[in-house]
Amino acid sequence: MLENGNTIGEPKDGILKKQGEKMTIGIPRALLYYRYQYLWKTFFTRLGCNVVISAPTSQNMLARGIALSVGECCLPVKIFMGHVASLLGRCDYILIPRFETLGKGEEFCVRFWGLPDIVHNTFPDAPILSYNLQDHKRGSEMQGFWQIGLRLGKSPAQTVAAYRRGVQEQLRQDCLVREKQELLLAASGLKVLFAAQSYLIHDGYVGAPLIRMIEEQGGVPVFADRCDPMTCRASAKTLSQDLYWTVNKEIIGAIPLTKKEVDGVLLITAFPCGTDSLVNELVLRRVRDIPIAQIVLDEQQGESGLQTRMECFMDILSERRRSHA
Amino acid sequence: MPDQLAISFPHMGEYSIVFTQLMGHLFPTARVFPAPPMTQKTVELGSRYSPDFVCSPFKYNLGNYIEALEQGANVLFQTGMGCRYGYYGELQEQILRDLGYQFQFLCLSRERAQALALYRSARELGCTLPLTQMLSALLLACESIRAMDRYEYWMREEMGFQSTPGSCEAVRKQLFEEIAQAHSLQDLQRAKNRCRQAAAAIRTDKPPNPLRVGIVGELYTLMEPSSNFFVEQQLAKEGISVSRVMGVWFLLFGKNHRQALKNSGPYLWHTVGANGVDSVSQSLAYAKKGYDGIIHMKSFGCIPELNATPALMNLSRDWNIPILHLSFDSHTSETGVQTRLEAFADMIRMKREEGDVANSQFGRGYRLGIHQGRGGG
Repeated sequence: MLENGNTIGEPKDGILKKQGEKMTIGIPRALLYYRYQYLWKTFFTRLGCNVVISAPTSQNMLARGIALSVGECCLPVKIFMGHVASLLGRCDYILIPRFETLGKGEEFCVRFWGLPDIVHNTFPDAPILSYNLQDHKRGSEMQGFWQIGLRLGKSPAQTVAAYRRGVQEQLRQDCLVREKQELLLAASGLKVLFAAQSYLIHDGYVGAPLIRMIEEQGGVPVFADRCDPMTCRASAKTLSQDLYWTVNKEIIGAIPLTKKEVDGVLLITAFPCGTDSLVNELVLRRVRDIPIAQIVLDEQQGESGLQTRMECFMDILSERRRSHA
Repeated sequence: MPDQLAISFPHMGEYSIVFTQLMGHLFPTARVFPAPPMTQKTVELGSRYSPDFVCSPFKYNLGNYIEALEQGANVLFQTGMGCRYGYYGELQEQILRDLGYQFQFLCLSRERAQALALYRSARELGCTLPLTQMLSALLLACESIRAMDRYEYWMREEMGFQSTPGSCEAVRKQLFEEIAQAHSLQDLQRAKNRCRQAAAAIRTDKPPNPLRVGIVGELYTLMEPSSNFFVEQQLAKEGISVSRVMGVWFLLFGKNHRQALKNSGPYLWHTVGANGVDSVSQSLAYAKKGYDGIIHMKSFGCIPELNATPALMNLSRDWNIPILHLSFDSHTSETGVQTRLEAFADMIRMKREEGDVANSQFGRGYRLGIHQGRGGG
C-alpha cells in the first residue's frame, strides 16, 4: 500500500546507476529540521551517505517558495518549499517525512500530514525519501527508518545501529542546549521567553532578527523549545485541557514552567498558522500574571515595525522589574 | 443548575431541524431552539471576538452562540473532529465566559464523541428516558439526516431546470417541516413518501446532456449556504446541474479514508487531514464521469484542503477539467464570488461548445473517460 514508506517516490532514472557511489541525501533546513536535525544527520552519515543541508533561508529562497505554493499557505510552508526547490538536482534523495502523531492525544498540525503530497504534486520529479510517523500500530519512527534503510540498500543491522546512534546524538544535543538554557535562566538580566515554533524562531531569515533585537535591547532570549519536552507537555495541561497538538503543547507548556524565572513572554506566530491561531488566543486569555505579547510574522514585514514593538515590550519589562524591586 | 434547560446550538445548513428534533425527544421538558438565523450581524459579532486568522466556521459558530445566549440559552452544544475543529470548543467556551455569559457548555469533541461519553453527558443533563428510547430517538435523527441528504442531492441536480421556479424548494420546505414534527420512523416514512410523490410531480425541462458541475471541499463551507453565498443556487440559475456528495450523512457514515486514498489515484499518497482525501478522490470521480467543471470551496486557510490543492491542480491539468478554487472568509464579498461564478459558468459553457464542434468535425471524442452516467454517490 501507498501508506508505507518503502514504496513511495520510487527512485528516478540515474539514481540506480550510482549504486556503487556514495548516495547524497538532501535535508531542507525548514520545519521539523530544527527538531530532528541531529537524528537525521547522524543516521544518514552512519549509513555512509553524504548529507546536504539547504542553505539558511534567504530573501531569494523565500521568494521562490512563495511563487511555488498556494497563496494561502502559512509562511513556514512557503519557506519549506523554497528550501526543497534549492535542493533539487543537488542530491539523490530529499528527505521529506510525514508526521502524523506520537500516540494517543498527540498530533502534529495537519500541515505536516500533507508535506510529502504537497511536494510531490508541486515537483512531480522530485526524488522523495519519506517516513511516516504514526502510532506504534501503524508505523513508529523505528519502522520508518528501517524502511528508509532498506530502500537505500543497507542491511537491517546497519540501519538499526545508525538509527540508535541518531537517537542518542539527538538526545545528547537536546540535553546540551537545555543545560545552556538552564544557565541563562539562572542569570540576571531581562529574560524573554520566546514561545514559538522552533522552525520559526530559529530560522535565519524570519526569526533571527527578533532575537537580535531583544539582545540589542539588553534582553536575554530563552526558548520554549529548549525546555524539557515531556515536562512541558505535562504542564501544558494546566493551561489547556483539550490541546492535542504536540508541538503547541511543548511551546505553551514552557510558559507556566518558566514563569518564575522569566520577565516576559513573546508569542511568535506566522500568518496564517492554523494551530497557533487558536492556541495563542487561549494563552493570551488565560495567562494573566506575566507580560505577554503576540507577534505575527508574515512575508511582507518591514523590520522597523517589529523594532518598535520590541522596544516597547522591553521598556515595559524593565519598568515592571524596577517597580517590583 | 438553572430551573429550565434552554438548549441551543450553532447552525450548519438546515440540519438544525434534526438536532432540534433529537433534543426535543431526549429532553421533553427543555426549551430547545437553534441559534437565531444567520445574518450579517451574526458574522460581525463572531468575527469581533474571534482570533484574526482562525478559519471562518469558528467565527460563524461564535456569532451563533452569542445570539443564542442573548435569547436566553443556558446549554450550548459543540462537537469537534478533524483538524482545527477539534479544538474549537475550549476556546469558544473561554471567549464566551470572558464576555460574561453564564451557561453550560457541552463539547462533544474527539474522545468525548464516543457512545459511552455521549450517554453520560445526556444523563448528566437530566435525560430520564430509558436507553431504548434514547436509541430510537437517535435512529430517527440519523434516518432524518439521510432523508434530507437524499432529497437535497436530487434537488441540486434538478433545481436548475424546474419549469416553475421555486417548486423544488417548496417540496423541500414541506419535507423539512414534516421531519421537524416527526416522532417515529413511521412519521418519517410518511414524510418521505409524500416528498417522493411531490418530487415526481415537479415538471422539469432538463436537456439530455446538461452542464454538470461537482462541488467538493471543506464541509462546513459546503453545507452552510450563507457562508458560501448560496453558490449552489447561483449555479442552478445558470442552468447547471450540481452534484455534491459531501453532507452530514457522508460525514457520519460515508467516510472511508482507505478507500478514498485508493480512489485518489496517483495524486495523493497519504491522508492529508479532515476531508482533503475525499476532495481529491471525488474530484477524480467527477473528472472520470466527464463532468464539465469542479468547484473546490473552503474557508480561508483551511489546512487539509490546502494540502489537497496542489493535487487538485495537477488533476485539473491531467484530466483537462476546470477547477474553480473559492476561499471564503468573513470578509469575502458576495459580488466577487458572483462574478467568478458567472465567469466560470461561461467558461465551461464555451468549453463544451468548442468540444462539441471539435467532436462533430473530427468525429471522435478526444477526451478520455467520457461516459455520461448519472453522477456521484
